[in-house]
Amino acid sequence: MKTVLVITFALLSIATFAAQENYQFDTVEQQVLFKELTATLRCPMCQNQNISDSDAMIAHDMRRKVFQLISQGQDHEQIVSFMKSRYGDFVYYQPPVTRTTIWLWVLPIFVVLLGFVVVLRRKPHSLPAQDEQAALAKAQALLDEDK
Amino acid sequence: MENKLKFAVPLVLFLGLCLFLFQGLFSDPQARDAMTLDRPMPEFALPDLMQPDITYTQDVFKGKVTLLNVWGVWCVTCQVELPYLTALSAQGVQIVGLYYDQDLDPDFGIKTLARVQQEVIDITDRLGNPFAYNIFDVYRDTSLDLGVTGAPESLLIDQNGIIRVHHIGDVNNRVWQNKFADVYAELTSQTITGVVEK
Repeated sequence: MKTVLVITFALLSIATFAAQENYQFDTVEQQVLFKELTATLRCPMCQNQNISDSDAMIAHDMRRKVFQLISQGQDHEQIVSFMKSRYGDFVYYQPPVTRTTIWLWVLPIFVVLLGFVVVLRRKPHSLPAQDEQAALAKAQALLDEDK
Repeated sequence: MENKLKFAVPLVLFLGLCLFLFQGLFSDPQARDAMTLDRPMPEFALPDLMQPDITYTQDVFKGKVTLLNVWGVWCVTCQVELPYLTALSAQGVQIVGLYYDQDLDPDFGIKTLARVQQEVIDITDRLGNPFAYNIFDVYRDTSLDLGVTGAPESLLIDQNGIIRVHHIGDVNNRVWQNKFADVYAELTSQTITGVVEK
């Protein structure tokens, strides 16, 4: 029974694997580029999935388009701008530096600098020696009491 | 004074952050500016869905204001908007379908054209046929060029073939009034004055 189950699941997993598109590339570089691009292009319909992970129809179509463009000999830059001209900056995970997005880089640096300022400006404070002495005396008195 | 400032600055920052995040609750994560706006229709050469020997190109939109509706029979929302679109076309709006199929995999075609045609006829017989004709986007390339993410989407194309409105989702009375009506009225009045001037 167990063996049958194992074989069934093994067959199932083969079937799903076969359902993936099987693109043939001329060179290894093209294949690497395809993997790189499908991992960094965002599916415009999904909530934050890249097109290599998504099963949405649009992701299928975009993968096919990426493959076509790679086969035509286009490079990384050209394919990204092809997609951006159709789906906007949203489609690529690396946002461009503009007047609105500059804050993504500036703000963390600002926060770190602010942290330094706060740490450096802090005055070193120690407990007044007198209090310490008094506390020790009090403790000693308590210990003495226990005896 | 300094103490008051120490209290006020974090409070103001905190309230600002709250306001920013609260606003985010009501923003639509799917909403994006269409890249196609104010650009001409991308080049294409696609067959008519019902008579495949007719080929349309981007020039087919020249000379008449057109509502291009991207749709498919597999899309439920498209069926919801069909009756409204039919009413619009009865009012004289030129509506053209950009049809694409989901099951017809361009690489492993498993569905015949005849079956796709029959499905379309069944649906339009039942819910209304607003389309002057349907352009069949066989490989879904033109949808991709238009930045279409799914169906339905509707584009208003002016008489020069320039895309003026790009709407994602169904067209109903509210959407038409808010998003299309003004631009459509402006464009069609241009056409009329154009004719008069001639």
